[in-house]
Amino acid sequence: MIPCVTARRSMLLVGTIAGLLLAAPVFAQQPPASAPPAAPAAAPAPPPGSALIGRPEGNPAAAKLAPVAPPPLPAPPDKLPTAKLKLPPGFNIEVYASGIANARSLRIGDKGTVFVGTRVGNKVTAVVKKDGKTELKTVAAGLYRPNGLAYHDGTLYIAELSQISKIDDVEANLDNPPKPTVIYTDLPKDEAHGWKFIGIGPDNKLYIPVGQPGNNVLHDSDHGQIRRINLDGTGRETVALGVRNSVGFDWNPVNKQLYFSDNGRDWVSEDVPEDKLNRVTKLGEDFGVPYCYQGNLPDPEFGWGHSCSEFVPPILLTGPHSAGLGLRFYTGDMFPKKYKNAIFLARHGSWNRTNKFGGDILVVYLNKDGTVKSSEPFLTGFIENNNYIGRPVDVEIMRDGSMLVSDDFNGAVYRITYGKAASAGR
Amino acid sequence: MRQVAAAIALICAAGQSPSAATLTERLAPCLACHGANGRSETTEVPSLGGQPAPYLLIQLYLFREKQRVAEIMNDMTLDFTDDDLRAFSDAIAKLPPPRPLADVPDAARMQSGQALIGQHRCNTCHNLDLTGRENIPRIADQREDYLVKTLREYKSNARHGYDGVMAEVLTPITDTQILDLAYYIARFR
Repeated sequence: MIPCVTARRSMLLVGTIAGLLLAAPVFAQQPPASAPPAAPAAAPAPPPGSALIGRPEGNPAAAKLAPVAPPPLPAPPDKLPTAKLKLPPGFNIEVYASGIANARSLRIGDKGTVFVGTRVGNKVTAVVKKDGKTELKTVAAGLYRPNGLAYHDGTLYIAELSQISKIDDVEANLDNPPKPTVIYTDLPKDEAHGWKFIGIGPDNKLYIPVGQPGNNVLHDSDHGQIRRINLDGTGRETVALGVRNSVGFDWNPVNKQLYFSDNGRDWVSEDVPEDKLNRVTKLGEDFGVPYCYQGNLPDPEFGWGHSCSEFVPPILLTGPHSAGLGLRFYTGDMFPKKYKNAIFLARHGSWNRTNKFGGDILVVYLNKDGTVKSSEPFLTGFIENNNYIGRPVDVEIMRDGSMLVSDDFNGAVYRITYGKAASAGR
Repeated sequence: MRQVAAAIALICAAGQSPSAATLTERLAPCLACHGANGRSETTEVPSLGGQPAPYLLIQLYLFREKQRVAEIMNDMTLDFTDDDLRAFSDAIAKLPPPRPLADVPDAARMQSGQALIGQHRCNTCHNLDLTGRENIPRIADQREDYLVKTLREYKSNARHGYDGVMAEVLTPITDTQILDLAYYIARFR
């Protein structure tokens, strides 16, 4: 179009905004406290789906809270926060890959390729390690919110906002990948909670969550659920109902049941409702949203006429606004024995809360019957002076038992090992 | 179109000797359309004065990646490195905020626009004084025609936001209301 615009030299002005973004308070540019403009006599409710539904009027602290947007550019390797992250004794963390803008869902192929999805970008990236070098390859581009990934029998499944596609034999075609083949389009197009986490169960079916199209709304039969389909896109069945926004699940290797994280609604209060870890023991169970939150809090708006006892309670409350996203059962052998078959849950961290909460990896220990024994933070340090220096999104277990963690704030993937010093260096 | 041609000429001038081009020189084509004093005089081209650097960075990134479509901007940013994106957004963020239009506003339309701002809570994220913050743009005193264009694009999903919030907000807003909102915001004091 304008051919004279040719390759440009890097700017003299060295960009320091990444550092600035990391260091600056998220709400640095507050206006001086002043009287809000005169509200109209009868302010109608905000539109269905608005994150602001339920926002209290005239509360200056609440008026400061808005969703935290990730920087669009990945942080340079020397700006990554690994040195500030904390783990139990004996564990190490290193940078596995950097420069992957808005790194979200993680999946690992049979040959060790790590696939990374993204929510604000438009491509799926493959991380390949060869002769000690890290190579990033674009597996698919021009996608719309390709947040969700699954890998099964050589095939990579990609979930965009409103469709699922696949690339067969993906690891053999990393240098010249074919365009993904669409297998499923029966999905709403809502932006709110439209991005997806997907996974393939022990039943060889593809599990797809469809979130509520907003903060707190009465949804139709196509929303607020986890469904499953056959790998060819047929045979839709509802797995769980009353789900607000699940962006992470996995199957217990012992009892084969589905465990999923779900994010509670915003704007009720600083401390309730808490987010949840749920377990599906029967197909089609209802987990309560939008009538009941955190298993015991009838919704102030929709809860009337309902009792929380109508719904399946969570097996664990995971903290207010903490945004539990990706989770995996630890099936590796590298970590100490107590972690075997424990759940590692990435908590992205809160926005709808004055003091940020979450922003860590939680480990959840289970009893033999699949209920929760206890939980404790495992990887911490992502919050500094009430600001994020990173935000974990997903975890994945490598064949050697080490664990990968994605960070969409910095566009990086970290690797956690136990016992021996980190091998790849920072 | 004349300004566009002028801008292209300037880009070409800057492109000929990239190694010698200073940031100021490279900014000249941007300012030719967007206004050197922070206020755009070009039809449907936004004023950039007072925009937060993180918002500018996100938009430049989206233009480069063609996730936001505007042919001239997509071409302008085609070869930008990440450092270019950062340097340009930092520099542009220093432009002074545009002043409100100096005309005598229509009281009824101003009242309607103000009421809509309250109803749809634009001022929660964009700030009570509509100056924006971080990733959220300043809208106060933006060009009226650009505001109308942008609100319509969000409503029709032609413009995907960074995160979809604006498409949601626009769902129940009618075209007449869009016109009143833009009228009010362009004259915000």
